[in-house]
Amino acid sequence: MDKLKLVEQTIVNDDIAQFTAGDTVNVHYRVREGEKERIQQYEGVVLNERGSGANKTFTVRKISSNVGVERIFPLYSPFIAKIEVKKRGSVRRSKLFYLRELRGKAARIKERGQESKKK
Amino acid sequence: MSGLVGKKIGMTSVFDSQGRSIPVTVVEVPASVITQIKTEETDGYNAVQLSSFDRKAKNVSKSVKGHFDKAGSETKAVVKEFRDFLPEGLDVGDELKAEDVFQVGDVIDVAGTSKGRGFTGVIKRHNFSGVGDETHGQHNRLRAPGSIGGASDPARVFKGMKMGGQHGNTRVKVKNLSVAKIITESDLVLITGAIPGPNGGYVELLSKPSAY
Repeated sequence: MDKLKLVEQTIVNDDIAQFTAGDTVNVHYRVREGEKERIQQYEGVVLNERGSGANKTFTVRKISSNVGVERIFPLYSPFIAKIEVKKRGSVRRSKLFYLRELRGKAARIKERGQESKKK
Repeated sequence: MSGLVGKKIGMTSVFDSQGRSIPVTVVEVPASVITQIKTEETDGYNAVQLSSFDRKAKNVSKSVKGHFDKAGSETKAVVKEFRDFLPEGLDVGDELKAEDVFQVGDVIDVAGTSKGRGFTGVIKRHNFSGVGDETHGQHNRLRAPGSIGGASDPARVFKGMKMGGQHGNTRVKVKNLSVAKIITESDLVLITGAIPGPNGGYVELLSKPSAY
């Protein structure tokens, strides 16, 4: 197992922003169009983190022109230029698939550290 | 055909130069010692015998130890012969490392002993789909093989009929995998895709003749 970690260490990048399910993130993703490379931003709520080490991926959900869009990114993909954490959400589970059934106001997530205000 | 013996460590994934995620198996390939070179004149065929993975001298029989002593090698756990391996400029006692035999991008075959699954039914062993329904009164033929032949003609079961039995724990060769990366400082080779056997099992990495 140690030797497997040795390989994974070469891929795992500790400089990446820390975030978990419920957080709102902005993923700067490199897109190749022919010869040109540009950066596309994709902002949404993190629904799910799965895997460990080099295999770790996360799912980001957003509502784009009234259609729910989910995208799965490998956390250590070289295509990811940057991950910005926009908001820290306060949620009670690690997989937020229930958000798929919710829309608008119901699909809001409380920000972390603010729940104490409400009694 | 040249090759080396390795130990399967496990699977993970890496990103290639184009950023794609590639599933790889990590194989530990320490330096192998040439313990014997067989030639057509002396043995009737050409081959190189490689030994790798240290084993304490006290755990090796005296006859085997004598064989290693003759080659000037430490006692080793795995001894494997590779036929038609041309040891150009190499002699008994020399060491071969992964980077001497393989290069990144090489197409190789990997052979090993598959995971033993014991006595297995036809569904797991031959991908049968079972007999009948789960409901409608049916209760005990869910994983059965079904008919194995006619009763009065041919009145026997054909040879080779697929039935339950020992599954796995046999030599399996996976062809046309490629070398994704060689990490020289820790003696690791990354091979694309899955290879036979459990983690910790010994596998043979076989380079393909370059003729195609």
